[in-house]
Amino acid sequence: MSSVTTTPPAGASHGPSAGTASAARRGRARWFWLAGAVVLLLVALVASLAIGSRPVPPTGVWAALTGGDVPAADEAAVVGLRLPRTVLGLLVGAALAMAGAVVQALTRNPLADPGILGVTAGSGFAVAMAIAVLGVTSPSGYVWFALGGALVATVVVWVVGGAGRGRVDVAQLLLGGMALTAVLSGIVSAIRLSDPEEFSALLVWESGSFQSRGWDVITPVAPFVIVGLAGTLLLGRSLNAVALGDDVAGALGTSVAATRVGSVVAIAVLAGGATALAGPIAFVGLMVPHAARWVTGPDQRWVLALSAVLGPVLVLVADILARVVMWPGEVPVGIVTAFLGAPVLIVLVRHRRMVGL
Amino acid sequence: MRRGGVVVTTLAVVAAVLAVAGLALGDYPLTVAEVGRALLGQDDFATTIVREWRLPRVLAGLVLGAALAVAGALFQSLTRNPLGSPDIIGFTTGSYTGVLVVMTVVGPGYLGTAAAALAGGLLTAVVVYLLAYQRGVQGFRLIVVGVAVSAMLHAANTFMLMRAQTEIAMSAAAWGAGSLSLVGWEQVAPATVVLAVLGAGVVVCAPLLRQLELGDDFAAAHGVAVEPARLGILGIGVALTAVATATAGPIAFVALSAPQVAKRLVRGPGLPLVASALTGSVLLLGADLVAEHVLPTALPVGVVTIVLGGVYLLAVLVAGARRAR
Repeated sequence: MSSVTTTPPAGASHGPSAGTASAARRGRARWFWLAGAVVLLLVALVASLAIGSRPVPPTGVWAALTGGDVPAADEAAVVGLRLPRTVLGLLVGAALAMAGAVVQALTRNPLADPGILGVTAGSGFAVAMAIAVLGVTSPSGYVWFALGGALVATVVVWVVGGAGRGRVDVAQLLLGGMALTAVLSGIVSAIRLSDPEEFSALLVWESGSFQSRGWDVITPVAPFVIVGLAGTLLLGRSLNAVALGDDVAGALGTSVAATRVGSVVAIAVLAGGATALAGPIAFVGLMVPHAARWVTGPDQRWVLALSAVLGPVLVLVADILARVVMWPGEVPVGIVTAFLGAPVLIVLVRHRRMVGL
Repeated sequence: MRRGGVVVTTLAVVAAVLAVAGLALGDYPLTVAEVGRALLGQDDFATTIVREWRLPRVLAGLVLGAALAVAGALFQSLTRNPLGSPDIIGFTTGSYTGVLVVMTVVGPGYLGTAAAALAGGLLTAVVVYLLAYQRGVQGFRLIVVGVAVSAMLHAANTFMLMRAQTEIAMSAAAWGAGSLSLVGWEQVAPATVVLAVLGAGVVVCAPLLRQLELGDDFAAAHGVAVEPARLGILGIGVALTAVATATAGPIAFVALSAPQVAKRLVRGPGLPLVASALTGSVLLLGADLVAEHVLPTALPVGVVTIVLGGVYLLAVLVAGARRAR
C-alpha cells in the first residue's frame, strides 16, 4: 500500500501570526459564519423541542419551558420527553464533531471519523460487555467502560494505522478501523446470539438511539463530555503548530508528544462519552469538520469551535428526521446519520486526488 | 513446485481429519471406525446421524470454504490487491439486505433466500463498482466506497431487524450471522453441483488469470482479450460467493484470508488456486468445529470467522506498518 496525498490541514499563511488585510477579512468572515451557525443551532433546538408525534408550536414550546399556560400533554411532550433528548443531541453532536475534527487533524486524514475508525465500536463493545457479562445496568457504571473502550480502540487503531511515525496511511487506518469493528461486533453478536433475551436491548443500543434515554443517562455522563469539550477547544493551538511539522512545532515551543497524547485522550473522552450517551453513531465526526474547514479554512481553533456548534445542528436535524420519516413511529438516529454520511464519504473519496493502494 | 505439492497434500490431509472429526463429534459421539461403518450404511442409527445430519454440514464446510477462498483469490488477483475481497467491498452485507427484504416481505424459504442473497449481493457489487469507477477502478477508492455502502446497508439491515416480528428477526439474524448448522442435503446438494460447474470454469480460466497477473499489456500481447477475460473471471468470482452466501449466510473473511494464507504457505508467485481452496475448506471446517464444540454455547460459524478474520486483518496491517517503518 502506498501513501495518500492529502493537503496538510494548516498552512503558515493562514496561521494566527499572519496579520495581513486578507487575514483580517477572513477573521471577520469567520465570526460571521460562527454567528450564523449559532443561529442555526437555536433554530434546530427549538425545532427539536417542537416536532414529534405531538407537534407543539414554538410559542407553546416557550410557554412549556417557562412554566406558562399550556395543555398538560404539550408540557409532558416538550419538557418530559423532548428536552432530555435535545440536550442529548446537543452533547452527542458537539462531542462527535469535535472528536472527528481532532482525529482528522491528528492523523492528517480527511476521511477519519471515530465511527469509521472503530473508536465508537470499542466503546460500544466495552459497554455491551459491561451490560451482558458484568451485569452493569446503570449509566453511571458503564460510562467508565465506554471511556476505557474508546481509549483502547483509539490506541489500537493508532498503532495499526502506523501513526506516530510521520507517515500515516489512510487506507491502512480505515482498514484497521474496519477490522477492529468486525472483531468487536462479532463478539457482541456472539453474546447476543447466545443469550437471545438480551437480543432486542443490545440491538437497540447498538443502532444508536436517543429514544428512552432520559436524565438518568445524561446526568452521570454529561460532566465527562463537557470537560472533554472544553479541554479539546484548548488543543486547537497545539494542533495548528503540530500541523506545521514536528520540527517547526518543537521550535514554536509546542510539545508534539504532549499534543498527541492530549488528542488521543480527547478523542477517547468525546467519542466514548457520546457512545455512552447514545450508542455508536457514525459519520457525524466525518461530515461536520469538513463543513467547518470549508468555511473557516485550516485554522484548527476555528474548525474545532465551528464543529462544536455545527455538530449538534446535524445531530438534532438527524434526530428530527428520525422522528418524522416513520411518523408517528421513529427510527434510531444512528441509522439516519449513516444514510446522510455514507454518501458524503463516497463524494469525498471521489473528489480527492488519491494514489492507488 | 515441490513445496506446492507438499502444501497441497498436507492441507488435504488436514481437511480430511477435520471432516472426520466433524462427522464423529456431537451429542452422540462416534469413533472413527463407527463413522466409517455408518458411512457404508452398516449401522442404522449411526447411519442416520452421520449421513443425514452431520455429512451435509461437513460437506458444506468443505465446499463453501473452498468456493469462498477461490472467489477471494480471483478478486485479489484481478484487483492486484490482497484486500480486494468480496466482504470488504460490501458484497456480503448486500446479500443480507436482500435476504432481510425477502424474509420480511415474503417470508422465510430456501429458494427465496438464495435468490435474494444473490440479487442483493450482485446489486451491491455493481453499485459499489460504479460508484468507485473514475476512469477505471482503483483499490483504495473501491475499499472506501465499499466501507461507505456497507455502512448504509448495515444501517438498513438494523432498521429492518428492529421493525420485523421477533421470530422473523431471530431467524434472519441467525442466517445473517452465517451458519452451517441449518444446512441440510436440500441446500448442499444443489449448491455443490453449481459450485462444481463454476469450479470447472475456474480451471478453464486459470491460465488467463496467470496472464493477467503479469499485467494487462503482457496479457494482450499474448493474445488474451483482456476486458472479456476480466469480466468473465469477475463473474465467476461473484457467482461463487453468491452461491456460498445463499447457502449458509454471509461468512466473513474466509475469502479475504484464505488466499493470503495459502500464498504464504506455498511461497510461490501469484495466488495458488488449489492451495487456496483447500485452505478455505480447512478454515471453514475448523471454525465450524470451534463454533459448535469448543465454545460454551454453540454459535454460528460466521461469528467465529469474523473474529478470527478481523484479528488476522489487524495482524496483517500491523505487520505492514512495521515493515513500512
